[in-house]
Amino acid sequence: MALAKLKSDATEARLVGVTLPEGAAWSNAARADALARVRQMGLPTKRDEYWKYTNPSELTAAEAPKAAVFDAGEVPLFDAVDRLKIVFVDGVFDTDASDELTGEGVEIERLADAMAADIHWAKELYGVLETRGQTPVERPLAALNTALATDGVVIRATGKVAKPIHLVYLHKDETSDAVLHNLVKVETGAEVTLLENGPAAARFSGCLEVEVADGGSFHHVRAQGRDHERRTVTHCFARVGAESSFKSFTLTVNGVMTRNECVLEIIGDDAIAHVAGVCVGDGNDFHHDDTVFITHDALNGESRQVFKKVLRNGATGVFQGKILVKEGAQKTDGYQISQSLLLDDDAQFLAKPELEIYADDVACSHGSTSGAIDETALFYLRSRGVPQYDARNLLTLSFMAEALDEIADPSLAEELRDRLEGWLARRS
Amino acid sequence: MSAIKDVEVKEGVDQETVDAVSKLSGTYKYGWNTEIEMDYAPKGVNTDIVRLISGKNNEPEWMTEWRLEAFARWEKIEEPTWAMVSYPDIDFQDIYYYARPKSMEEKPKSLDEVDPKLLATYEKLGIPLKEQMILAGVEGAENMPAEGRKVAVDAVFDSVSVGTTFQKELEKAGVIFCSISEAIEKHPELVKKYLGTVVPPSDNFYATLNSAVFSDGSFVYVPPGVRCPMELSTYFRINAENTGQFERTLIIADKGSYVSYLEGCTAPKRDTAQLHAAVVEIIIEEDAEVKYSTVQNWYPGDENGVGGIYNFVTKRADCRGDRAKIMWTQVETGSAVTWKYPSCILRGDDSQGEFYSIAIANNMQQADTGTKMVHLGKNTKSRIVSKGISAGKAQNTYRGLVSMHPKAKDSRNYTQCDSLLIGDKCGAHTVPYIEVKNNSSRVEHEATTSKVDDEQLFYCRARGMDEEEAVALVVNGFCKEVLQALPMEFAMEAQALVAISLEGSVG
Repeated sequence: MALAKLKSDATEARLVGVTLPEGAAWSNAARADALARVRQMGLPTKRDEYWKYTNPSELTAAEAPKAAVFDAGEVPLFDAVDRLKIVFVDGVFDTDASDELTGEGVEIERLADAMAADIHWAKELYGVLETRGQTPVERPLAALNTALATDGVVIRATGKVAKPIHLVYLHKDETSDAVLHNLVKVETGAEVTLLENGPAAARFSGCLEVEVADGGSFHHVRAQGRDHERRTVTHCFARVGAESSFKSFTLTVNGVMTRNECVLEIIGDDAIAHVAGVCVGDGNDFHHDDTVFITHDALNGESRQVFKKVLRNGATGVFQGKILVKEGAQKTDGYQISQSLLLDDDAQFLAKPELEIYADDVACSHGSTSGAIDETALFYLRSRGVPQYDARNLLTLSFMAEALDEIADPSLAEELRDRLEGWLARRS
Repeated sequence: MSAIKDVEVKEGVDQETVDAVSKLSGTYKYGWNTEIEMDYAPKGVNTDIVRLISGKNNEPEWMTEWRLEAFARWEKIEEPTWAMVSYPDIDFQDIYYYARPKSMEEKPKSLDEVDPKLLATYEKLGIPLKEQMILAGVEGAENMPAEGRKVAVDAVFDSVSVGTTFQKELEKAGVIFCSISEAIEKHPELVKKYLGTVVPPSDNFYATLNSAVFSDGSFVYVPPGVRCPMELSTYFRINAENTGQFERTLIIADKGSYVSYLEGCTAPKRDTAQLHAAVVEIIIEEDAEVKYSTVQNWYPGDENGVGGIYNFVTKRADCRGDRAKIMWTQVETGSAVTWKYPSCILRGDDSQGEFYSIAIANNMQQADTGTKMVHLGKNTKSRIVSKGISAGKAQNTYRGLVSMHPKAKDSRNYTQCDSLLIGDKCGAHTVPYIEVKNNSSRVEHEATTSKVDDEQLFYCRARGMDEEEAVALVVNGFCKEVLQALPMEFAMEAQALVAISLEGSVG
């Protein structure tokens, strides 16, 4: 009981002086409900089983820890892509830097505008998938995001959206604490690509709720910025319908703390849901956590989780993945792989790849490996005249390839591969 | 239908024993009850009961104190709830913690003095407490060297050990094999040195309870350089109603020694669930090797989940010395609820741990089982092969931990856990924890879930097998890897068990 008290005290300490943004009646209710969920669950502590490998204290602290602004001095990611660009600076929409919020086959609005409208489709989505995602595992930081989110965009794809929508998150203030919440609704048969990149703020909480209707397609490529001191927690909640497709890829570089949670629910038959990620981390301060929960509640669903981590110099990588196949979700094909490449002896990899299966005619497999660079392969390359350094980088890149292959658009994949090569080059 | 009937029985094999073994192929065959007069301690647990149990075993003061400390701790801690099992709350005050056949009031000096009813019980179970030479129905056993054919048995009936066979012969080799109560009396220095050093009384809720109230169990000490001349085994029988069985096993393999240990267990059919909370501690010194095999066949409850044993067991081996080796093999078919994780602490450099498991859950059974491999020493190796089979409305969970500590350089782990589902109302779950804290170690984990392969079934059916036989065969193939690791004495029994638990689950 003492523990519960400590938890509720810590939660109240975080909520002191918090005011919920105002909007239409429905949105005020959604935020108030979310705040009530936070209080009921309590903010996470490292004693929670779901936070066994990641200490959430910096994510739950009342004040965001400072993070120095970092200028990589390189061409921003996806700059060459023909896209619709939307810029947030320290979590605030930047009208001047953003393109006009119009596009073929798509409706885009700022979150605040949608939340102020008395009648809006966002009502059916905002906090709704997040609430569903709270069982069987509680995610209080997502509820906190729903309650507090000040900005973001709501996107409704009604057809094949011509250009990718690109959310750029800039970090300019070393004390910023940003909370963004985005909604994406992909209507029947519609298709959209969402790009996201940047550190967003000194501390960033991002929540994305995605509804993919029957036959719809959602493609998501994200890069989490190179700022060395940033702290990030993101949640992606998605519900996918029959014959639809959901694909999400995340590249994480640097940062002190990153926790990416992805909660997917397949509710229509013959749907596909893929989540993949690569993270590269260097140094004692680097802590990266991928937490994925995929629920199959329909026939013939296919899900893939492909996560690769390259860690060195005291960096820590965490993977908690789960496939839940509900009773009746026959012919499910679930695949999960989490692998880490530990470039030196101080790095660590902590994994919990889970399966929970209540249907008999399914094929689910998961694999997890961890180890150093394969000396035999290294020797093979060196014996053929490849210098030690090149050979190591080549093997490291090939280790990450399976995850990068999950990016459907080859030019986007190529761009991320280049960035990874740059990261490796800087460390040789 | 029965695979056993086709097994050639050699001359000289005790027919009763063969019958006992062939009974395996029906429904639960060990569900009968032995009518015997029993002495009970009052129901419930408190310091008086702890003292009473200690007193019944004529224990020295330090042992009583040890128990009381554990009990004081137990009163403060809560039952764990993290396992994927659900069962009604256990009323720990509504259980008998000590039940002893009246005839055991005076400890029999030899097997000849043991109550014939008790001897008959074990005979009926297929474990005759005779110093017999040949194992029941095992083909080829008589061709083995005399040494290899013997199995020494310690028989535990409810709370007490009723007898241990081959003690004299083992003594000649320097091996101590007796009940733990006897060991506390006769070898207190060994017990004091090792008890609670692998599973401390503070370990977990059930281990703490066990530390306070354990009534008996087996004790093994194999001196340095000795290869134990025969297999050792303990057979646990719960007979009394509303009684918990809390046994404690302590095995010490001193430097360079070897011992293979088998464990079997059964219980009568009862409508009320019964608690079995055992602790097994194994200490393995330098260059020593222990093989520990279990065929767990506690009463699983009926098809509606009424009755059955709650099997909450803590088993752990500590490879203290370099090059020490432990191999756990388990076939889990019984119990209403199983909560069991035989673990390996690989402390010595180059030490090895292996875990082979088949867990079968049918009807309303729930099993949450797996292992922990804790790599502390350099160049340590571990291997986990776990096969879970669920049928009926059963839930079967593999839960395991592989931990590579920073100093465990160049270590290896390979884990394979497969689940098989038979029917669409059951569940199979996998919850592995993998913690790697150095980069020279390699950890690999694989798991799959599938249903019985239709093609393989069709192949078998096309050759005239009925569906049940075919499923049993396919499942046997699936489990072969584990069954092969069992000592010969168990192989036949285990294969038969695999077939039994799957009966009726097709279609």
